[in-house]
Amino acid sequence: MSEWNNNILEMMGIDKAFPGVQALDKVDFTLRRGEIHCLVGENGAGKSTLIKVLTGVDHPEAGKIFLDGEEIHTRSPQHAQTLGISTVYQEINLCPNLSVAENILIGREPRRISGIDWGKMNAQAAEILKNLLDIDIDVTQLLGTYTVAIQQMVAITRALFISSAKILILDEPTSSLDEHEVQQLFKVLRKLKENGVGIIFITHFIGQVYEISDRITVLRNGKLIGTFETSAIPRVELIAKMIGRSLEDLDEMSKIKLETSKHIRTEALLKADGLGRAGSMTPFDLELHSGEVVGLAGLLGSGRTETANLLFGIEKPDRGSITFKGSKITDYSPLGSIKRGVGLCPEDRKAEGVFDDLSVRENIILALQANNGWFKYLGVQEQYKIADKYIELLQIATPSPDQPVGNLSGGNQQKVILARWLATNPHLLILDEPTRGIDVGTKAEIQKLVLSLADEGKACVFISSELEEVLRTSHRVVVLRERQMVAEFSGEVDENTIIHAIAGSEE
Amino acid sequence: MRNQKKPSFKFRNIVESRLFFPLLALILILIFDLIFVPGFFNIEHRDGNLYGSLIDIFRNGSTVMLLAIGMTLVIATGGVDLSVGAVMAIAASVAGILMNPSALRNEVFFVTDPTYTFQPLWVVIGAALVVSLICGLWNGVLVAYMRIQPMVATLILMIAGRGIAQLITNGLRVQITYRPYAYLGQGWIILPFSLYVVAIVFVLTWLFTRKTAIGMFIESVGINFRSSFFSGIDEQKIKLLVYTFCGLCAGIAGLVASSNIRTSDANNIGLTTELDAILAVVIGGGSMAGGRFSLLASMIGALVMQAITQSMYAMGVPAFALQAIKAVVVVFVILLFSQQVRNLVRGFSSQKKEV
Repeated sequence: MSEWNNNILEMMGIDKAFPGVQALDKVDFTLRRGEIHCLVGENGAGKSTLIKVLTGVDHPEAGKIFLDGEEIHTRSPQHAQTLGISTVYQEINLCPNLSVAENILIGREPRRISGIDWGKMNAQAAEILKNLLDIDIDVTQLLGTYTVAIQQMVAITRALFISSAKILILDEPTSSLDEHEVQQLFKVLRKLKENGVGIIFITHFIGQVYEISDRITVLRNGKLIGTFETSAIPRVELIAKMIGRSLEDLDEMSKIKLETSKHIRTEALLKADGLGRAGSMTPFDLELHSGEVVGLAGLLGSGRTETANLLFGIEKPDRGSITFKGSKITDYSPLGSIKRGVGLCPEDRKAEGVFDDLSVRENIILALQANNGWFKYLGVQEQYKIADKYIELLQIATPSPDQPVGNLSGGNQQKVILARWLATNPHLLILDEPTRGIDVGTKAEIQKLVLSLADEGKACVFISSELEEVLRTSHRVVVLRERQMVAEFSGEVDENTIIHAIAGSEE
Repeated sequence: MRNQKKPSFKFRNIVESRLFFPLLALILILIFDLIFVPGFFNIEHRDGNLYGSLIDIFRNGSTVMLLAIGMTLVIATGGVDLSVGAVMAIAASVAGILMNPSALRNEVFFVTDPTYTFQPLWVVIGAALVVSLICGLWNGVLVAYMRIQPMVATLILMIAGRGIAQLITNGLRVQITYRPYAYLGQGWIILPFSLYVVAIVFVLTWLFTRKTAIGMFIESVGINFRSSFFSGIDEQKIKLLVYTFCGLCAGIAGLVASSNIRTSDANNIGLTTELDAILAVVIGGGSMAGGRFSLLASMIGALVMQAITQSMYAMGVPAFALQAIKAVVVVFVILLFSQQVRNLVRGFSSQKKEV
């Protein structure tokens, strides 16, 4: 068999431009039958755009796409699906107000004369979930009542269920899954691979790339860097190709950490006493100090986000109290927190962070303006000054401060939200998954930034699913399990000890 | 200092502008009039004042323009206010009864003296506006604090409002003869007086939203209210503000309308104008899902609506056929805004650039 025949998909010379950004520049991409092909690159490298071109969300300005050797022009995601190209996007694109069963089978509901056969539909959906991903949940419940991870799995199930799928595209499917769920997913992927399905897998987790993929295609700034056999390219070389420079030495981080730990104040900036909320978080005590980074480690749903929300006033506590700078807090609200000098970079960037249609400038100054109130309006010149400062500082890739944030890539959107909080110059900054869906290079930048903020005398709370990252960035690590604070470690901690604490297993 | 970009007048920039499509619609209608309606563009001078079909578009459009100002802000938060027509009727009734309270004694008393009024003008206008403000506040509380969907919440006042307006005037139509009040809708200082009212409300609203942070907060609430909450924006207060303000605009519109027809007719004042106002905003490019708004574009949208009506009248379309024909024209105008047509025009402009 020639090379040609084994290729299920060929994309040649794809060009795509957005206002002010050349998102793809003559990119070639091939996918073989029964192959798991990882697509990697920094934020704004063009991974998502390439997928959108393939699935008909965006239309390329130039280039050809061949499926099974025949040229295709995907007009829309629906059209792509009928051609056998199914996608699970980075952000969950399902209907949270429909049941799980409806979400999976929508458009393919089992019918009888009187309409939809609900009983059969629910049974079928439960069976599909069980068979494909080995998950056992109540499929009649609304999707929105489940965790992000479950929602993600449902999205994958839906894409997989489209039985004629020749190509399955997974755009960062694992960024909100825990280790066990990732393994479940990989099991499914391997099974599909044996059936000859071509899988395009986009992820930022380099470990997963090596675990699952056959080949790797690297994109950078909309250009193709190359396609490699996974077994033939060492990790360091891959990362170097992705970011176009060598990765910061880990030693440097720990040196900075050691240096900054000297400046930690002894008196507490914020002190939570028995703070809790029924159904959300078991009461806990926590002290945060100026100049210190406190990491929250734990699995998904262990109460990390709940803790952040309680501290920031998204949720009002029903027991316990917070003392900030020595005085008790009475006003539990985001605005109250902002006025005190507390910031929260929320976990769900799309739903809780960005304003798509507002410009980068407006997105950055919004929290600062909320603090100033309705009438103390920042002048436009002042706004540009602030926006330019943070675009420069955080290296936000945008053609201008007037660009709508919706046009930026995910990682750059995250930086914009970070800028929004830095602009308020907070005493305490809570970062909930600030590196989720962000490439390796930017991750290191953000971690360094967090430490430098601590060095300036700010207190930081750092939440991440990646334990390695939490350890690297935090002076002190608090472990959560099942909505309880179960352990606290400071100084040099060994990763295994924490994993045991997270798992709750006795040694 | 920042380098300000030189304003360039490339075709593409004009097409990308928010005002382009509403203006295009207006111009197309006027071109139609130029060809098919002789004398449409004639403007007469009488006693130093200007009269003509063009002026009438502005004069008759003033109520919808006033409503559209408030409606623009409400729609920008992702809501809608269906009660503005009813609030117009309430404001008109309050004003009417304060000038001629005879209806309360259950008698129809025709005042013939144009200088007679029961209460001074400032009380009449003040009371009517306070009442409409309260109406708006009611809507705002229901939407922002009771979390009722805007369409349902404002539907309550839309239906109840005309009943309230009738209660105020004891179910009678109140004749308005007081001349200073009539000036509001019928006065003329070179241009119709109502136009100055519109201009003042427009400028004040523009300053209020664009020279403070309120405009940006309204947009952010409309784009993503959860993100707004996380960013410390008091989304409830913003919503309360826009509905209250919309009520106030409706009150002003009610005064202008009742002054124009010289009665406070609770059954007919502002009937279905809420829909005209919503259409005006939509023609101005406002998204019903909320987000970016442009007051000027909505004004042009209101003018498009009125220009259609005025052209129909000028062509002698009978009143009973007016609504149907208006609907057809509106469909065409809305089609102009569809993404397909926009892409076509954009494609045209970029081709031109390449040539």
